[in-house]
Amino acid sequence: MKSLDIDIAVIGAGSAGLGAAIEAKKQGMDVLILERNDELGGITLQCIHNGFGLKIFKEDLTGPEYIQRFIDEAKELKIPYKLDTMVIEITEDKEIYAVNKKEGFLRIKAKAIILSMGCREKTRGAINIPGFRPAGIYTAGQAQRFVNIEGYIPGKTFVILGSGDIGMIMARRLTWLGCEVKAVVEIKSYVSGLIRNQVQCLEDYNIPLILNHTITKIHGKERVEGVTISSVDQNWDRIVDSDQYIECDSILLSVGLVPENELTTKAGAELSNNGGPIVDDNLETIMDGIFACGNVLQVHDLVDNVSEEAKRAGKNAAIYVKERYGKEQIKKDHIKIIPGINVGYVKPDYVNFSNLENLLHFHLRVKEPDRDVIIVIKEVNKIVYQRVRSFVIPSEMIEVRTKFKLEIISPNCRELKIEVLPVSLLEVLDEVG
Amino acid sequence: MSESSKKDKLSEDKKVIRCIVCPTGCEITAENVDGEVKIIGFGCKRGEEYAKEELFEPKRIVTATMRVEDGFLPIIPVRTEKPIPKESVFEIINELSSIKVKAPIKVGDILVENIHNLEVNVIASRDMPIKT
Repeated sequence: MKSLDIDIAVIGAGSAGLGAAIEAKKQGMDVLILERNDELGGITLQCIHNGFGLKIFKEDLTGPEYIQRFIDEAKELKIPYKLDTMVIEITEDKEIYAVNKKEGFLRIKAKAIILSMGCREKTRGAINIPGFRPAGIYTAGQAQRFVNIEGYIPGKTFVILGSGDIGMIMARRLTWLGCEVKAVVEIKSYVSGLIRNQVQCLEDYNIPLILNHTITKIHGKERVEGVTISSVDQNWDRIVDSDQYIECDSILLSVGLVPENELTTKAGAELSNNGGPIVDDNLETIMDGIFACGNVLQVHDLVDNVSEEAKRAGKNAAIYVKERYGKEQIKKDHIKIIPGINVGYVKPDYVNFSNLENLLHFHLRVKEPDRDVIIVIKEVNKIVYQRVRSFVIPSEMIEVRTKFKLEIISPNCRELKIEVLPVSLLEVLDEVG
Repeated sequence: MSESSKKDKLSEDKKVIRCIVCPTGCEITAENVDGEVKIIGFGCKRGEEYAKEELFEPKRIVTATMRVEDGFLPIIPVRTEKPIPKESVFEIINELSSIKVKAPIKVGDILVENIHNLEVNVIASRDMPIKT
């Protein structure tokens, strides 16, 4: 068995892993990237549409162009990486067990680990659609890989379930390739993805978007022949007698993404309600020296935000190796960040009291769309941060960047609550507006 | 929030477009009034500019794939260097599907010059090493 000792191991070479590895290397660390695919780059490679890099590079790039810049930088910095390498376990002592065809079984001892494994798509099993199991049912990202990397088109007539961004982008891509997209069917009363994609991918090509509906049966035994869609009530229950039949030979599912955290939980880190590991404002999990960034932590809308988060993880992991590794761990003075009214989840889950005066990045998603709201952070009932927003929707991640003055937070503060409230609820506040 | 424009005339009497500049998604309406186009419903200056471009000369960047000979992968993602008129999108995609390019290719390499005489090049979106 081959054994290696390194400063920082990065699991996954997508936009998160590359960004974190580059930053850690710049901080003088001895870094190793482990990637299960046969090339660096991750899922961004198959997102051949434009709209990437507007924030970081101030340019409108395609996914492959965006990630190529990180691949080139990692290669210039001579960061070692292993491709076709599957990590099978991470231990609490930060030992990594991995396998690949050339070297067989590998044991890697790292001082710090950065988790950047990304997320995966929900499949038919996650949403229980009745019917046979014919060929022709794909997740949207799987179809995206077939079309944009492998070079073949998996069907002729499509119904897309779910209005996530990848689903809508695939609707346009397939239309461009001469396929017919009969409908995008969404169970909610609003679109799951970005408005930009609704307009430029569906409305531009007159692809029907059917809200408040879902697929209630898949027809066909060997190959998909069609679907039954039904309208649903507020509880997402099927409304009797609302069935419509749509003929198609393929179905794409764009019904959500789940952070891929099997390795994380094996290493002893706990997950929070969004499916990502619990982290503090250093992006460190509850396991000392194990950090997380990118879609494994929280599913992002924009890759630019992933790169930015990854950079912070890379930097903090380097600080850990330099300042804390091998020393007795001091007890953390954690303040818990609690998602309150209309907040689905918030990252980080904890903030270190000693970091309150530093620039903190909070990311959250609302549960329901709303207009004219105020985002507040409260210590018990005292508001310590507030910002007005004209519009919020679950598909757009909200970022709050702020520093706190120590005099406004009490020294024995243990909890801060973050809420998204209608402005009308807070008319008493003078500063609103 | 209204603005008259003499720049062009709408083909229809009335047109509604959804603004994509920010997540608010304002509904912008353009109407022919006494030979002028009146645009209402935008929430900001950027929205107004978006609406004018979308009404009078809608453009899109085309992203597609082309077949590759001797490449690490069978196809390569490509894009138009600049946005092109929306009505030319399908012609360009069809043209690209009939051309084969040869590896190795570097990101940014020009693969088709002046496609469709639009004075826009088609460039590679990624490196494509030779198959080993």
